[in-house]
Amino acid sequence: MGIFALLSCIIRRDLAIAMRNTGQWVNPLLFFIVVVALFPLGVGPSPATLSIIAPGVIWVSALLAVLLSLGSLFETDFADGTLEQLLLSGQSLALIVLGKVLVHWFLSGLPLLLISPLLALLLALPTDAIPVLMLSLLIGTLTLSLIGAIGAGLTLGLNQAGVLLSLLVLPLSVPVLIFGSAAVTAAAADFGAGSQLAIMTGLLLFALSIGPLTTAAAVRIGVSGST
Amino acid sequence: MFKWIHRFGSAPFVYRFAGALAPWIGFVCLAILLSGLYLGLIVAPEDYEQGESYRIIYVHVPAAILSMFVYVVMAVASAVFLIWRLKLADIVAQASAPIGASFTFLALATGSLWGKPMWGTWWIWDGRLTSELLLLFLYFGYMALRAAIEHPQSAAKAAAVLALVGVVNIPVIHYSVEWWSTLHQPATITKMGERNIHPSMGIPLGLMIVGFQLLYAYVLLIRMRTGILKRESRASWVAQLPEVNNTMANSKLSGTNRV
Repeated sequence: MGIFALLSCIIRRDLAIAMRNTGQWVNPLLFFIVVVALFPLGVGPSPATLSIIAPGVIWVSALLAVLLSLGSLFETDFADGTLEQLLLSGQSLALIVLGKVLVHWFLSGLPLLLISPLLALLLALPTDAIPVLMLSLLIGTLTLSLIGAIGAGLTLGLNQAGVLLSLLVLPLSVPVLIFGSAAVTAAAADFGAGSQLAIMTGLLLFALSIGPLTTAAAVRIGVSGST
Repeated sequence: MFKWIHRFGSAPFVYRFAGALAPWIGFVCLAILLSGLYLGLIVAPEDYEQGESYRIIYVHVPAAILSMFVYVVMAVASAVFLIWRLKLADIVAQASAPIGASFTFLALATGSLWGKPMWGTWWIWDGRLTSELLLLFLYFGYMALRAAIEHPQSAAKAAAVLALVGVVNIPVIHYSVEWWSTLHQPATITKMGERNIHPSMGIPLGLMIVGFQLLYAYVLLIRMRTGILKRESRASWVAQLPEVNNTMANSKLSGTNRV
């Protein structure tokens, strides 16, 4: 099977499953909104304070929402044996993984990105910063999905995989968090955010080059260990 | 030459070799650490800016160096394990993780103790402190993943993959954090490394660094022996070891415990 045929096959399958299982993509989105809405209640409603912490709050919440949804990346396919069949199919596992990660981003990263302008208004972030916020979330959540997939592969089939997954992935996602919120902060202060976004794109390309290969290795270990 | 390397694939050989080497390394390590501490804490003059409190660098700097060195050793051992399936390399990685985490914790604790008189606060989100903290999380993640997977062979492989992912990310994390901390705080802290260090302070510091390396080697050898015994606990050569035999005989005599 050609590269694109394989990719589109995986993507169509995973999207079809997600369409029939709404919670898979709605729950992380709701989680994101609720967590962001908790911050004004915790730190006080003053717009001055909120606009300072807004980039960090939105970015940390997005990071947690993506992490939360990573548990389902391989788990259901692993439980019903699909993953084993994919492994046995003889097709490149790295490409299969890439297809699954793209769908995961489409379902968990993209909704966050689309709802983020609303949350930026809730947190009194200057409206000029909203395009940069969306752009940084676009690049950043894709990177997070790629990095997180490694963790999801390593914790395949374990009890309490969710907590362990966070422990493994959070330190690795620090650069994305730093540059993501820095880009938004810079844009909110009327500075250009070009350099931060450029570095984030670099991180994305880096994650794109090593992520799927490493995840494939991790998935192989996880599947072979369980049989 | 190749045959000699090949012997390190044999658990009984490594067990005996490590047992023979450990006491020697331990004695040399003790001698170097004691002389380094004597020169550093008693002979070396006090710093004209920081007074006596600078002396914590004799523990802090070696611990910080080792915290990163041990992770690199772990990653190299993990790569060797994944590529050549050498079990010994996995034992090295597994035995190193808690030692590295301890060095990292020591570096954080001494840094914080030094920060109280110098910066007036226990913790500052300084670039180096922050990346040490993240390094500690990476160690925790490695150990937690190892502990969570029951199947020993896949635990070893998964942990090895994680160690490699971690070592690739450490420079990225480190430089992001450096950039972030220079952005967030004014650069009022003069870094010690930028000034030349006088030999009366440099020599004890060098001794302490070598001493810490040897301490790592010593603890690593002991932990490797324990690791080998745990893995090979059902092998006949383990049952024939005099130390194992004696313990078994003792416990049988006292009747308290079954081995």
